[in-house]
Amino acid sequence: MARFCSLQEAVEGAVHDGDVVAMEGFTHLIPFAAGHEMIRQGRRGLTLVRMTPDLIYDQLIGAGCAARLVFSWGGNPGVGSLHRLRDAVEHDWPRPLALEEYSHAAMACAYDAGAAHLPFAMFRGAPGGLAAVNPNFRSVVCPFTGETLTAIPSLQPDVTVIHAQRADREGNVMIEGIIGVQKEAVLAARRAIVTVEEVVERFDGRQPNACILPHWTVHAIAVVPGGAFPSYAYGYYPRDNPFYLAWDDISRDRETFRSWLDEHVIKAGPDAFAARARQVA
Amino acid sequence: MTYTPDELMTVAAARCVGNDDVCFVGIGLPSAACNLARLTHAPRITLIYESGTIATRPSVLPLSIGDGELCATALTTVSVPEFFRYWLPSGRISVGFLGAAQIDRFANLNSTVIGPYDRPAVRLPGAGGAPEMAAACQRIFIIIPHSRRAFRTRLDFLTTLGHGDGSGHRARLGLTTAGPAKVITDLCVMEPDDRTQELTVTSLHPGISKAQVEAATEWPVRFAADLAETRPPEPCELEVLRALRARTSEAHGAT
Repeated sequence: MARFCSLQEAVEGAVHDGDVVAMEGFTHLIPFAAGHEMIRQGRRGLTLVRMTPDLIYDQLIGAGCAARLVFSWGGNPGVGSLHRLRDAVEHDWPRPLALEEYSHAAMACAYDAGAAHLPFAMFRGAPGGLAAVNPNFRSVVCPFTGETLTAIPSLQPDVTVIHAQRADREGNVMIEGIIGVQKEAVLAARRAIVTVEEVVERFDGRQPNACILPHWTVHAIAVVPGGAFPSYAYGYYPRDNPFYLAWDDISRDRETFRSWLDEHVIKAGPDAFAARARQVA
Repeated sequence: MTYTPDELMTVAAARCVGNDDVCFVGIGLPSAACNLARLTHAPRITLIYESGTIATRPSVLPLSIGDGELCATALTTVSVPEFFRYWLPSGRISVGFLGAAQIDRFANLNSTVIGPYDRPAVRLPGAGGAPEMAAACQRIFIIIPHSRRAFRTRLDFLTTLGHGDGSGHRARLGLTTAGPAKVITDLCVMEPDDRTQELTVTSLHPGISKAQVEAATEWPVRFAADLAETRPPEPCELEVLRALRARTSEAHGAT
């Protein structure tokens, strides 16, 4: 049953050291404010799960929160490398990072199976080298046709964190635009916390097929306007593409990254996000 | 009209697709090529990005596969699991464009690591949608700038299967799709040999010599007997491409 609380309380209550944490949002609605809260709270040893680690996991990895990364594409979209991710993999800085690597199709299917509470996901996987470096790639034989299909364990995170446009007073959550894999990631998780742009009385005039997570699928909701910045919230503010370009320089050097983190994360709070998003809206 | 090698590569790639194609589009040169096709000779082409945006018509090139404009101009937007479970594997997507850091003579691709996997010299972004895309799209076009660092005798990692070891390898694995049909570089166009599937240069770009292609390819590269010259970009193609790039730079605040 969804409980409205502060972001600090939501993260304290749901995210613990060593947890398997999925923070989803496919380019859109990436829960940056919640990620920053985990950094401020000094979480350690997390297994971070996300199809596209993006800047949010670059920041968590650089801040030393992560021990393991489960992912399928780890770049700065349209820009290049995630330098903090690379530094962790190539030089163990600030600490070693184990990789559990999939393709997009594999991870999408693993979330889908997780939402169904099935033990594994099955799909027609493509041949390639990933299976040689990730022992979770196995196979299963179709009992009807004899075809060999790829099997991987389903994803069932300890906690899933997403950002959404709005919640109603009851705590139902609505997502619009590129909906990514958020519904599956929430339904697959033991606990789910959601940050939202705003709370409305009710979802007036909604489409009958709107993507809605009922309040009984969500544990905590924190209102954080701008909480997806520098990604975007469709209908609220656009993606700050210049920031994604600027991140290349900010993140390339350890000291520049540290001072950015100190100023914009450690010494800031969730309230700072509203002003950041207003700059691009 | 003069043009850059990058522009020639983008125009040559755009000419590979038509109105009836349903294209799975990646960010960067593929996105530029597909949108150039849509804005010139193929106004009814269907473009799909892996964010689930189907039949999208952006006015500027997206920086990421999930920019808001892709959703705002799409016919419909589906979830990522729906895209990778229903739409991609069903064989309904006719063309997929891919890039990579490394390619070998059978158009297998590496976008995972340079150096050993466990201790890479360079950790690249990884597979993303590429492996299943290369298996499920009817044909694959690869856009990749030509250099010895990229055109390798042996890949550091096999991220995406192209033609495997050649000579019908895909078919022996049970794949029914054509796989890589063209490789478009800034020097030439390569196509797989009918029998061996080894990449063969079928067209040299204007002013490019065989020696330049050989110098930029680690393996002893083959040339087709009826080697053609790539048709240079038309002024109208260059104008549309440059206007698209100018709108894009302005929109993203790129320097």
